[in-house]
Amino acid sequence: MATDPMRIRAQAQGSNAIVRVLMMHEMETGQRRDAAGKTIPAWHISDVTAQHNGKTVLTAHWGPAVSKNPFLQFTVKGAKAGDKVVVTWKDNRGESRTDEAVVA
Amino acid sequence: MTARRLAAALLMCGVAFAAQAQPSTADGIARYREMLADGNPADLFEAKGEALWKQKRGPKGATLEQCDLGKGPGIVKGAFVELPRWFADTQRVQDLESRLLTCMETLQGLDAKAIAETPFGRGEQANMEALAAYVSAASRGMKMNLPQAHAKEREMFEVGKRVFFFRGGPYDFSCASCHGEAGKRIRLQDLPDLTKNPGDGVGFAAWPAYRVSSGELWSMQRRLYDCYRQQRFPAPGFASDATIALGVYMGVNAKGAESIAPSIKR
Amino acid sequence: MNRQRRTALQHGASLAGLMLSLGLMPGVARAQAAGFNRAAFDAKSLADVLKAIGAGTPAESKDINLQAPDIAENGAVVPLGASTTLAGVKRILLLVEKNPNALAAAFDLSDSIDANVATRVKMGQTSNVYAVAITADNKVLFAQKEVKVTLGGCGG
Repeated sequence: MATDPMRIRAQAQGSNAIVRVLMMHEMETGQRRDAAGKTIPAWHISDVTAQHNGKTVLTAHWGPAVSKNPFLQFTVKGAKAGDKVVVTWKDNRGESRTDEAVVA
Repeated sequence: MTARRLAAALLMCGVAFAAQAQPSTADGIARYREMLADGNPADLFEAKGEALWKQKRGPKGATLEQCDLGKGPGIVKGAFVELPRWFADTQRVQDLESRLLTCMETLQGLDAKAIAETPFGRGEQANMEALAAYVSAASRGMKMNLPQAHAKEREMFEVGKRVFFFRGGPYDFSCASCHGEAGKRIRLQDLPDLTKNPGDGVGFAAWPAYRVSSGELWSMQRRLYDCYRQQRFPAPGFASDATIALGVYMGVNAKGAESIAPSIKR
Repeated sequence: MNRQRRTALQHGASLAGLMLSLGLMPGVARAQAAGFNRAAFDAKSLADVLKAIGAGTPAESKDINLQAPDIAENGAVVPLGASTTLAGVKRILLLVEKNPNALAAAFDLSDSIDANVATRVKMGQTSNVYAVAITADNKVLFAQKEVKVTLGGCGG
């Protein structure tokens, strides 16, 4: 599992939970060149899945245009304090990271 | 609509002027900053820094949990808003980064000189940024309150003032050229007047900060380094006395300002 | 025809062309493998003339709420989100017209999630951005707005 951290905040709001996620990732576009003129290869999160109480609620497909250290916000219906939210990202090098949070 | 386009065009010509920005553009920028405020990637660096603080590292295999940041060994909360300050064990006035170097060397056996010479964002300097984020976050919401009780602290304030107003380099700039009076601006950035308290969460009370333009966490040392780079001065030396003195000058001037570090900046 | 309708058609045309070039028109997408066609992220050119036929002609809609700033202090991080109260939205797309590759992100929504997602994208220059919602019955609705990208301070 990738070592750079991920922070998930899940806040109950009425019968929903607003989930905000920050993921540490370079999100290299593959458009840049290094000092020697060589293209720096694209390295970015390609997929993000979110689960609520064990059920997948969101699948995101990302290209390199998503910003570095990406932010993601979504709203889960029918969620309440104490529920578990799990977020997993996978990047184009096959690395991945999973973290979970409890709805507050 | 035409006025807005004209304002945007003028701003993109890179004209620096002291007049107020077109209200629509200023509002737009304020809205942009508001949208970014919730979800500051600096959180990630705080998390990384907290892990590093508690991790056994270096030749001595020790954590930083006994590091004295000015309020006693291991006390992190409230330390940031009282730095730079005098430390009896090193007989020096030290800022956050300088003190982290001291602790990394004495507690963990890491090579402070080598770290000081490492470029920002690489290797141990990347860890330094994370640690700065963690330590400053522990004082978030507290007011800047640098001590001036010790003679050396007062001396460093005076040194910092001289450094602040010292003009040099090919542009004959000093810190005061940009930060010496209220109401100055470069393009879309309002420049705080650092000769006095510029307000809560502004200037000295806003760094370290996550800089979206480079996607990196900048400590105050890095901010000062970049100021000097922009003035075309020689590099000031990581955690050098000159940079610490500037921190004392700015920090004492900002007494009472609420710290929002680590904040988010463009 | 009145100006509003012409503008709406022009917007619809450029978006349709854009989505066709990305392989994202619902009818076309169904013919491809289930799951997301990542070739969509390689599409570089913005097709301009309306060619879309059949279900899923993009229509500009006030029901799609695009969240984006009018002006971004830095193009590296531009908040971009989409929300709608319309029922049955299965997929939301976020596009930046003038980026080297127009599609920034796609979100597949289950029934347990609000049609309300936000992220932050990189924009190379001032450009139109699009939020597109695709419903289960293949209606394609979008909102667009121009986001100005500036370079701040002492050169970035």
